[in-house]
Amino acid sequence: MSVALAAGGAPVATGPFILTEHLPILIVATPLLASAAVALLRNAFAAWLISLIVSWLLPIFSVLLIFEVQDKGIISYALGGWAPPVGIEYRVDIVNAFVLLIVSFVGAIAMPYALRGVEHDIDEAQRPWFYTIYLLALTGLLGMAVTGDAFNIFVFMEVSSLAMYTMIAMGRDRRALIAAYQYLIMGTIGATFYVIGVGFLYVTTGTLNLADIATRIGPAFAESSPPIMAALAFIVVGISLKLALFPLHVWLPNAYAFAPSFATIFLAATATKVAVYILLRMYFSVFGVAISLTDLPVTEMLLLLSIAAMFIASVLAIYEDNIDRMLAFSSVAQVGYMTLGIAIANQTSVAGSVAHLMNHAAMKAALFAAIGAVLYRVGTARVSELGGIGHKMPLTMAAFVLAGLGIIGVPGTAGFISKWYLGVGAVEYGWWLVAFLIVASSVISVIYIGRVVEAAYFQPVSEASERAKEAPLTMLATIFAFTALTVYLGIDTTWSGQLAEQAGAALVGGLAK
Amino acid sequence: MTPFAPETLLLLSLAIPFAAALLIPLFHSQPNVREGVTLVSAVLLFICVVDLVSTVIGGGRPEALRFEIVAGITFGLRLEPLGMLFMLVASTLWIVNSLYSIGYMRGHDEPRQTSFYVCFAIAISSTMGLALSANLFTLFLFYEILTLSTYPLVTHKANDEAQNGGRVYLLILLGTSMLLLLPAIFITYGVAGTTEFTAGGILADNASAGVIALLLALFAFGIGKAGLMPFHFWLPSAMVAPTPVSALLHAVAVVKAGVFTMLKVVIYIFGIDALTSSGQADWLVYVASFSVIAASVVALAQNNLKARLAYSTVSQLAYIVLGAALATAASVQGGALHIVMHAVGKITLFMCAGAIYVAHHKTEISDLDGIGRKMPVTMFAFFIAALSIIGLPPFGGVWSKWFLALGALDAGYQFAVAVFMISSLLNVAYLIPIVLRAFFRPPPDAEPGKPVAIAEAPIFCVVPVCMTAFGCLLLFFYADAIMDFITLIDLKGAAAGKTAAIASDVAAPLVGGTAYAQ
Repeated sequence: MSVALAAGGAPVATGPFILTEHLPILIVATPLLASAAVALLRNAFAAWLISLIVSWLLPIFSVLLIFEVQDKGIISYALGGWAPPVGIEYRVDIVNAFVLLIVSFVGAIAMPYALRGVEHDIDEAQRPWFYTIYLLALTGLLGMAVTGDAFNIFVFMEVSSLAMYTMIAMGRDRRALIAAYQYLIMGTIGATFYVIGVGFLYVTTGTLNLADIATRIGPAFAESSPPIMAALAFIVVGISLKLALFPLHVWLPNAYAFAPSFATIFLAATATKVAVYILLRMYFSVFGVAISLTDLPVTEMLLLLSIAAMFIASVLAIYEDNIDRMLAFSSVAQVGYMTLGIAIANQTSVAGSVAHLMNHAAMKAALFAAIGAVLYRVGTARVSELGGIGHKMPLTMAAFVLAGLGIIGVPGTAGFISKWYLGVGAVEYGWWLVAFLIVASSVISVIYIGRVVEAAYFQPVSEASERAKEAPLTMLATIFAFTALTVYLGIDTTWSGQLAEQAGAALVGGLAK
Repeated sequence: MTPFAPETLLLLSLAIPFAAALLIPLFHSQPNVREGVTLVSAVLLFICVVDLVSTVIGGGRPEALRFEIVAGITFGLRLEPLGMLFMLVASTLWIVNSLYSIGYMRGHDEPRQTSFYVCFAIAISSTMGLALSANLFTLFLFYEILTLSTYPLVTHKANDEAQNGGRVYLLILLGTSMLLLLPAIFITYGVAGTTEFTAGGILADNASAGVIALLLALFAFGIGKAGLMPFHFWLPSAMVAPTPVSALLHAVAVVKAGVFTMLKVVIYIFGIDALTSSGQADWLVYVASFSVIAASVVALAQNNLKARLAYSTVSQLAYIVLGAALATAASVQGGALHIVMHAVGKITLFMCAGAIYVAHHKTEISDLDGIGRKMPVTMFAFFIAALSIIGLPPFGGVWSKWFLALGALDAGYQFAVAVFMISSLLNVAYLIPIVLRAFFRPPPDAEPGKPVAIAEAPIFCVVPVCMTAFGCLLLFFYADAIMDFITLIDLKGAAAGKTAAIASDVAAPLVGGTAYAQ
């Protein structure tokens, strides 16, 4: 593995892009600077335009980064020229390059939706602030993914979380305030737990650089294991709060349901994904290299909670009348798939988790975007009030059905690919029961997606649906881009599957036996 | 016949119905053009499919569209004789059924006809894909698309009954396929490292008896479309659909997709020799036998004509599952033949039921007194098809029962022969009274001494019924040609040769000297 070290002042431009060397910092700095610009401009349309340009720029950076990583192996970028482990290191391997790709693409695809969505949900005076906060959230999430420093992760976690609390609180419904407050409390506990864990690691290893911790944690563990076990416990629980692992998910349904619809799309598709990435990184690349994880109760706990999430959250989704909340419970169940792959912990299953980061982002963003459009036109997202909406908004609901098939995991959609990896991963260990549970839980999703479909197409057009018409073009663009991605990722996985498999290999490759 | 290479024809047989599905909505306001699109594509599809026959007979096994989706999941199409047979049946009957749909849907003034034809075309396209699947994954893909594309057809009426029927339909078919079939595919892949359909099977050398037993159970119940009891009740629920759907999809395409999958799995995944020698298929013989008899008994008790026919289908499907479970050459070949024979017979019965509904709005058997005097052509066709289903000469149904019984003897299951016999008697008991009632009881509105006025369904309903009824007769005389074709299925090893010889010994004298073996 070659390491391209860009030491401070004298970068040598080698790539197709003059700033290739600086991509790791550019991907964070661009939205950060843009957020300041938006805050100063104070014009709603200009704010949207700048956010759009930045959001469309970032995927270019992340794609270039992927090429770089595939070309050169792990990229290490020393912030401010301070060589790691003393300075903060941005360290990009195939795993976080993949996560950067997801986050940046979700932002890019969701932005056209924001034009009408934010206009509807946020008062004009506050719109520039909303975009400022969105860009900050983007900065935080990308920063969490790109950095190779445990404490820096905490900093970006706080940046993104604070931004998200604010975004949620800006929802039209006053209940958004309570939802944001709930999330604030839970999120802060999570972040605190995380930083306590990092403290333990710092005390025992004397470093905050993840790669450095990984090399030192083995001897430290041999010397005295309790603090490291405590660190593992605090970090896993803290991050589990952030990624809404059942039963630490209670903040999530309200947060998704009452946030402005654009915020919901963006958060649902990115926030939990980045948290899952942090878990993957900590679990496999830091702790896993020194400690045999399968000997620890944490594996069983993850396995059990994942399966509980897959079933209980899915069942809760069935009984939810508000479609946004229903989809939120579905998200909790889907996070269960991701953590299940982590718990099974072989190359195939972890590839499944990583692939599901992207697959679920596409599917759930499409669903939330479709329901957001319904909310925009009808003003309600309750199944009981949306009778016949399929006849009034045929395109939007067609997209909802397609993306819903993805959640169910019908072959030919992205959801099936994740399920395949996880199922085969479980069978590789001879865990046939787990393989069965994976498919069993997806059958429950037939019911909650089917409920919406039945209401939309079988019930007579309701009073609320009567005033609806097809969603505006900019919204449809976002909805269909995500839906197309759901189908595309289920049929052609030449690159997404490959990247996920490489990521799986990179994560599991170094595990202690 | 066509200038295209076999590989292109494979793609065309998928693409033609799919293209029809895309074109049909464009002619929403011109019903004649819209139905023209359906008919033209049905004919084009038929030409493509027929053109492939010579390739298969010549030993060609064309492949197309093979690409890897992720490690372990490969999409691929590959034509082999069993799939060819299924494609022939489905594409031929699509033409007939399209004519019938026009008569039925217009005669009954159904709403949402455009989406009806669109979903129908997608269902046919996925049936073609299913028949062409080169491996379990591809098959599973089309299997699920077939379920999803027929759901809007089942729920076409959009009332509470349709919604409930649709729920059962979707939950049973998706549920069994996801809960049982998909794990079976995982395990097959885990054990054999591939899911390709391979002559002689892929599990033979890799799987222990226990794994084979588990897999067989997962496949047998996971392929819910095959309607093996207790996962049969989606089929009666699906009868809420318009009759053309019941006729082509729930007597031919969807249910035959189920038993076709079962045969494919037994022949190309387990391998019939491996399955017999493992001795793990024993229980399935009994379960399928139970399904044959029990469904027939339930059919007896049904007063609704379509429900009775649906249970009859459940029973007849179990014949084919039984043939697969017996896993001898004659029994699987008989099963394959039964796909054809039952399809032609049952579609006729359903189309008759629909014709009665269109012309007289009767759905209950107890209301059918004297209907044969009003609709003599329809009910005569019904009679012929009933005889074929029962398995009496000179109609096609006799041959497939013959080979299935032969296979049962081969496998040493005398009692299975008895099952076929008893079931035939039950068929008589639940089909013939309908005909008797129709012809020998006077209609309730008849005035004594005056002839009953003939009131047939629209011509588009009557002609297809006559065509398929005539087909039942033709199949009696051309069964040897089909059987000839079926023996092309590579069962691997000596068994195939032996049965071909048995088959020809038995068939030749019966078919009036038509040479069976070349």
